[in-house]
Amino acid sequence: MIREGLRRLFAFYDEMYQAPYRRIERRAQRRRDDLFRLMVLSESLGVPNPAAFYTLELVPFMLEDFHEWHQRMGMEHSPLEGFRCC
Amino acid sequence: MTSWLMALMAFAVFFLGYRYYSRFLAERLFQLSPDYRTPARRYEDSVDFVPTNKFILWGHHFTSVAGAAPIIGPAIAMIWGWGPALAWVLIGTVFMAGIHDFGTLWASVRNRGQSVGVIARNVISPRALMLFLLIIFFLLLMVNAVFAVAIGTLFSTFPESVLPYWLQIPIAITIGVLVYRHNWHILLPSLAGLILLLFLVYAGTLAPLGLPEQMGGYSSTAWWVLIMLGYGAIASRLPVWLLLQPRDFINSHLLFICLALVYLGVFIGQPEIVAPMYNTAVPDDAPPLLPLLFVTIACGAISGFHGLVSSGTSSKQLAHETDARFVGYLGSTGEGLLAVAAILATAAGFATVGDWNEHYGSWAEASSQGIAAFVEGAGNHVNQLGIPVEVATTFMSMMVVAFAATTLDTSMRLQRFILGEIGRQYRMPALGNINFATVLVFLSCAALAFFADPSNPGAGGMVLWPLFGTTNQLTAGLSLLVLTLILWHLKRPIIYSLVPFLFVGVMTIWSMIINIGTYLREGNMLLVVIGGLIFVLNIWLILEGINAVRQKRDPSELLDTDND
Repeated sequence: MIREGLRRLFAFYDEMYQAPYRRIERRAQRRRDDLFRLMVLSESLGVPNPAAFYTLELVPFMLEDFHEWHQRMGMEHSPLEGFRCC
Repeated sequence: MTSWLMALMAFAVFFLGYRYYSRFLAERLFQLSPDYRTPARRYEDSVDFVPTNKFILWGHHFTSVAGAAPIIGPAIAMIWGWGPALAWVLIGTVFMAGIHDFGTLWASVRNRGQSVGVIARNVISPRALMLFLLIIFFLLLMVNAVFAVAIGTLFSTFPESVLPYWLQIPIAITIGVLVYRHNWHILLPSLAGLILLLFLVYAGTLAPLGLPEQMGGYSSTAWWVLIMLGYGAIASRLPVWLLLQPRDFINSHLLFICLALVYLGVFIGQPEIVAPMYNTAVPDDAPPLLPLLFVTIACGAISGFHGLVSSGTSSKQLAHETDARFVGYLGSTGEGLLAVAAILATAAGFATVGDWNEHYGSWAEASSQGIAAFVEGAGNHVNQLGIPVEVATTFMSMMVVAFAATTLDTSMRLQRFILGEIGRQYRMPALGNINFATVLVFLSCAALAFFADPSNPGAGGMVLWPLFGTTNQLTAGLSLLVLTLILWHLKRPIIYSLVPFLFVGVMTIWSMIINIGTYLREGNMLLVVIGGLIFVLNIWLILEGINAVRQKRDPSELLDTDND
């Protein structure tokens, strides 16, 4: 019971700390992710990338968030030939 | 009247306001629905839209709206006596700030969490958004200048607060690094930081760190203003998690400790009120009570800044529409309590009327020394609890400085964003450069602080306070106008928002005419220009409102009228 109480107290304090700035932090994180995504997918988007050979193996990891990303960018369907997420 | 009775009366009025008036607003005016899916639930994305527990959201909302302004305003307005200041804070909080904060939160929730500026564009006209951005720009410009001067005054008057204030920065950075880089829970570091800070308050009383009274022809206050604006410019360039977030969190603890200590001191010590209830011997240079009282106390009675918080962030985190009453109305009540604490400190914090008169001998003195009067008075209240008066005043001074410095950091960031936005709009890419924009913000704020009162460069920036209050009220007026128009189109009673709108509108116009007249007589052309621009915005706002009333609008165009 004490342990549960402490856990809830820690959670309450963490939420009080994070809530006001969560938006700013997550937006900054999203901008960083977008930049990284752009670097990884740049070759597919028509931007020459000398590191494409190395970033290619990261492409599968991009799949999960790709649909959310292209919709957020205002593209209803996937802009990439090889990516058919929707 | 004794001080404890005043405190009790304020508690009772705020309680009744929340219990009955806010319920009336919730049921009859806004018709809150427990079934309505708020934007936080509808668009939940873990970034902007996050359903949040109402107690956490209230804490966040309250600490965002409460700062140094609800302390400085009432401390200056005490020059007219405590009666008018108290009456305005109580009536303003219950009948104006309540509906303003609660209403903007509700309107935003029913408008997909959009800000009040965007809602104004929809409800009034596209020009209203432009008007809104201009007002915010002036508001931020003055906030930086005024708060830097307030900090400078406190550092010069209470050099004991210099050490704890500056050492709060490494404490905050350590907390930020532990939480952000090492994934610590915040509870223990923040408590440890708080205890360390309280120890530093004691250490500060033993080692006051002041600047020489005059250096290079400028007073120590002027030098502190420059140092603080420089600090604000640097702090605003740091990542939020490193300094702003942890320091803001420590400040929120200081805020609750301050409120608890002042009210406990009043109830236990029961000091007599020495300030006059209505000051019949107002100094000759003081402006008339009517209308200047109503712009001198903006935050603490009604403040347009609250609408920006309500519609900017709180509305996107509200889990249930019915929580809007608790978060919005009670948030404004919390700020009212802080303003009453400031009145109690400046009315009953002195031993004799003579001591009180030392701070209120002239309007210029009240403007520059009002904040020092609060620190001294609140320190004397806390002294009733057995805490040495030097420690208590250092704590109060450090707290006000920390609030003002956090606001400085935040508003310098916001000004930079606005400059970037203007740069994008008008194809001036230099404004989008973060370093250039920061230097520009620093120079504009410093220029305002130094040239606002040419007779006292750097230290005379508090002459801007009535202008700051007017601009703040103007923002509130715009939000109340939007709210009234929405209710009008929904065919619901409008008198509850219309009367505050008319009151705020008339008082700001009247105040501005008096202010501009004073600046003209003094030959202060900088303030004539700024005041004139704000005056034009005020008139423009009213004309836009009249124009919008004449248009027939379908309620569903203005907000989501479904209840699910």
